Amino acid sequence: MKSAIPVQPAASSGASSLAADVRAVGRRWSRWQPVEVVFWVAALAVCFIQTDNFLLLNEMAILGLFAVSLDLILGYTGIVSLGHAAFFGLGAYTAALLAKHFNMDPVLGLVISCALSAFVGLVTSVLVMRGSDLTRLMVTLGVASILHELANKMSWLTGGADGMTGVPEVPLFGHIEFDIFGRVAYSYSIVTLFVLFILARAIVKSPFGMSLQVIRQNPLRAAAMGVPVNLRRTSVYTLSAAYAGVAGALLAQTTGFASLDVLGFDRSADVLLMVMIGGAGYLYGGIIGAVVFKFMQNWVADITPQYWEFWIGLLLVVIVIVGHERLVRPWTWFRRGGGKA
Amino acid sequence: MLTILFDGIAYGMLLFVLASGLAITLGLMNFVNLAHGAFAMVGGYVTVLAMSRLNVPFLCALPLAFLASAVLGAILERTLYKRVYGQSDLNQVLFSIGLTFMAVATVDYFMGSTQQFVTLPKWLQGRSEIAGVGVGYYRLFVILVCVALVVALQLILTKTRFGSRLRASVDDPRAASGLGININLVFLGTFAFGSGLAGLGGALGADMLGLDPIFPLKFMVYFLVVVAVGGTTSLTGPLLASLLLGIADVAGKYYIPDFGAFIIYGVMIITLMWRPQGLFVRAGGK
Repeated sequence: MKSAIPVQPAASSGASSLAADVRAVGRRWSRWQPVEVVFWVAALAVCFIQTDNFLLLNEMAILGLFAVSLDLILGYTGIVSLGHAAFFGLGAYTAALLAKHFNMDPVLGLVISCALSAFVGLVTSVLVMRGSDLTRLMVTLGVASILHELANKMSWLTGGADGMTGVPEVPLFGHIEFDIFGRVAYSYSIVTLFVLFILARAIVKSPFGMSLQVIRQNPLRAAAMGVPVNLRRTSVYTLSAAYAGVAGALLAQTTGFASLDVLGFDRSADVLLMVMIGGAGYLYGGIIGAVVFKFMQNWVADITPQYWEFWIGLLLVVIVIVGHERLVRPWTWFRRGGGKA
Repeated sequence: MLTILFDGIAYGMLLFVLASGLAITLGLMNFVNLAHGAFAMVGGYVTVLAMSRLNVPFLCALPLAFLASAVLGAILERTLYKRVYGQSDLNQVLFSIGLTFMAVATVDYFMGSTQQFVTLPKWLQGRSEIAGVGVGYYRLFVILVCVALVVALQLILTKTRFGSRLRASVDDPRAASGLGININLVFLGTFAFGSGLAGLGGALGADMLGLDPIFPLKFMVYFLVVVAVGGTTSLTGPLLASLLLGIADVAGKYYIPDFGAFIIYGVMIITLMWRPQGLFVRAGGK
């Protein structure tokens, strides 16, 4: 990357002060806000309190990670994917198989699932290089459908439509057992989420992350500025696939189950919805979206368990018609000529 | 062998009727309408209900399905779709997925999740051998109806005033509206007509494709493949694409049943990689 931040020793004092300015802006831009610190302290502290909602919290953390992974490609680079569940499911099945057949330590299983998803992400990233948004949508959908069909057909390995049962919950590091309330599961997931989030945050706030945003705003100009567009897209797509794989692996490891729905179209649509609820392009959107989504699902399930899809659909339609900006700012609802909040 | 070809053609024709509306709306309004299958489903259910509850004969139920879907399409276009035209692809996709989910859940709520069946009239049941080819009467009927539709569509598109307005709007909406063509009206008409066609396709296909609440999701990929392979600028492209897809799918399911489903996705991905704008694209379009 040659633009944005000059790396050579500056020829004149004007250029060097410019470089210093750019660095200062970058530093201010990437500084941790107090709210963020409070959020993470609270999220990690939950591990030590007494609550009976650990299973729900665990799922929120996992879906949050999944949504963050989608946000990386959607919010930062503008790659629309309708098949992100492909990597989630791949990670889930890999982790489940490793635990079942090799009794492997969860952390090691997590690393392997992550690597495999990243590899598949790297291979399929050539598919999202070309064409328009529509092409990408269909290609990603196609990849996810192929994986879904593969998992369905290879029932000797994956259990097919019945799902894979008998996945043991291997103790963490050899001696920390997963308890039935899910406290260990939640701690495991939230720490993983925290670590990966810090990494993602560092990546998107780096010059690399800036160049991704440039690509989203205008790929043609980005190329003209010397940003290697396709290389950047490949790397972020691979990264995102790896994150999704970790999320899937966490789900399989903490619930001891993997079934076809981890690869399903619904899951890809759900994660898009989560990112839409929270807002794309600032990483926290995914986590907020996952929390809201899960709360809503729980709440609706109490009233009518069966027609959950209807409410998801309605929410999607409302978000698009009203606009996310307006929806999260209720005080603008009754302002005339609104739309600009 | 020829029987498979025949079945494949019937299947492909059906896909064309189902997907042509999507091709036109995509080409005209640049709108990614993933909810297209929902209109087809509505058509199918209207047929089933009309025939079982009101004893409407099959041949009268078909136009009814067309009308119902077209009216529904027109209402939704005016109330919801027109707000989403200018928005990003992502929003359009989310919006139409949302609509699809709502349609699926609504139909599930009112009709149950079991598969619905259409009782075909006597003269459409059965099959006979013609020169060694097993010809199902219903499939023959479907092919005939679809051929008639293709011819009619082509004539409308090339010979009528509406057709030339439509083509002008597809090629360049701004110039077209500058010439005094009421784009909104063209949009509305086309959307309703496309939805109607989907409804008709759903009604015709209820017997061959099966009809249950997840119909729109099950066949979404098929419609997208037709549009992706065929392009959106003419009728010939989608027609050839549907025929190819229909024959490939039927043959695949017959000869290598284990890999039948992979063929569709494989064909789609390869085509999109090879020719991102579709196989049969007219040069020099927009």
